[in-house]
Amino acid sequence: MDFTVLTENMEPFLRGFLNTIWASLLGLAGSFVLGVIIAVFRITRLRPLVWFGTGYVEFFRNIPLLLVVFLFYLGLPSLGVTLSGFAAGTLGLAVYTSAFIAEAIRAGILAVPAGQTEAARSSGLGYVQTMVHVVLPQAIKLVIPPLSNQFINLVKNSSVLSIVAGFDLMYYGDVVATETFDTINTYLFVAMFYLIITLPLSYGSRVLERKLARHD
Amino acid sequence: MRKHWKMISLGLAACLMMTVLAGCGGKKEEGGLAAIKERGKLVVGVKFDTKLFGLKDPSSGNVEGFDIDISKELAKRILGDGSKVEFKEVTSKTRIPMLNNGEIDMVVATMTITEERKKEVDFSDVYFQAGQSLLVKKGSPIRGIEDVTAETKVMSSKGATSVKNIKEKVPGVTVLEFDNYQDAFSALKAGQGDALTTDDAILYGMAAQDPNFEVVGKPFTDEPYGIAFRKGNAELVQAVNDALKAMRESGEYDAIYEKWIGKKPAE
Repeated sequence: MDFTVLTENMEPFLRGFLNTIWASLLGLAGSFVLGVIIAVFRITRLRPLVWFGTGYVEFFRNIPLLLVVFLFYLGLPSLGVTLSGFAAGTLGLAVYTSAFIAEAIRAGILAVPAGQTEAARSSGLGYVQTMVHVVLPQAIKLVIPPLSNQFINLVKNSSVLSIVAGFDLMYYGDVVATETFDTINTYLFVAMFYLIITLPLSYGSRVLERKLARHD
Repeated sequence: MRKHWKMISLGLAACLMMTVLAGCGGKKEEGGLAAIKERGKLVVGVKFDTKLFGLKDPSSGNVEGFDIDISKELAKRILGDGSKVEFKEVTSKTRIPMLNNGEIDMVVATMTITEERKKEVDFSDVYFQAGQSLLVKKGSPIRGIEDVTAETKVMSSKGATSVKNIKEKVPGVTVLEFDNYQDAFSALKAGQGDALTTDDAILYGMAAQDPNFEVVGKPFTDEPYGIAFRKGNAELVQAVNDALKAMRESGEYDAIYEKWIGKKPAE
């Protein structure tokens, strides 16, 4: 393996790496908050909220991520809002991933046996108390494996920023590859940088899973 | 301790995979003139997204343009039949890797001859003389390269010489690089930047596509286009150079030029 591509282009690689970390962190936080809100919408008994939640999930889950990002990057300006490639890409990433997260959380909550809720309610706990003290603590265990999958996907999917000039790792990978002509080595180093982020994520999620399982 | 061994062996497995992948990058020395004649077909990498040079017509599925007609003319002169040519799509980003992988015999895709690229590929003689210029929305304050400052957002295509050129002319300028010119043009239309820069030949095609945009200023570089080949195919390069020369002498070249560019070539 030839390391000159890496050593001679450290600056763009690092700049892209940092931007990818930023986009991933923002996307992670954003998609989690949005995902929880939409999941709650979908399990309430308020019809309009259920409809909105269902529409949101089905729309964003069933179109390509690239299209979501193009909507934010090229579509929003016609409504008078111009987002940079980084902002549009990260927002698109958060919105797209939140649809999957909402589904994972909803499935986790629904998987908690109905008897738990009934018991809590008949012990005099209110709806919110039941959720916070009985249902959610059990649901979280079921939700962690699919959630960590989504977060790893989110990091990898952040490479979509490269299409809208979002200055992420993949963007600089493309630039370095086309400037040095050393395509294969360049992309191998790009892969390595992604692994630096995703391997600890998947390792951490396994540790967390095991810890939570021990409490059963 | 056992856990550590597990981690180490995992790490080794990852390294191994990378080495194997890296080993696949070896360049193949095939696809010379003899191989092309035996196959009876030229495989040419062209742009599918560049008006006037190589543009795929979505309704007919045909690729059309200056580069396409030149390629057909080459097939006619080398293989004796202008239809014995297969077109594969390349972008500024993919054309050299695809050529070196052996997927295509040559690149006829608005490719500027540069010293750096000469280290990677061999070029034919110049087959088109272009120059870098700017495309802006009509009414833009930018009237030429002298109006481009460090605050200007300029868009272009990844891997294009125009990126390097504009950074040299205007140090500190922000360049947004896209995968192809069509994406760059979409971003310009959406107001994501102030100007699009590349060779005037490509920009005129875009201005023809959308009359709200215009090419401004004089070209500020010389961009001699060449046909690119894998290194070490001297015979093929010679055959193409001979064919290009013959095309110019017979007037075929001028006819193709006029058909797409709308005027006679200079000189």
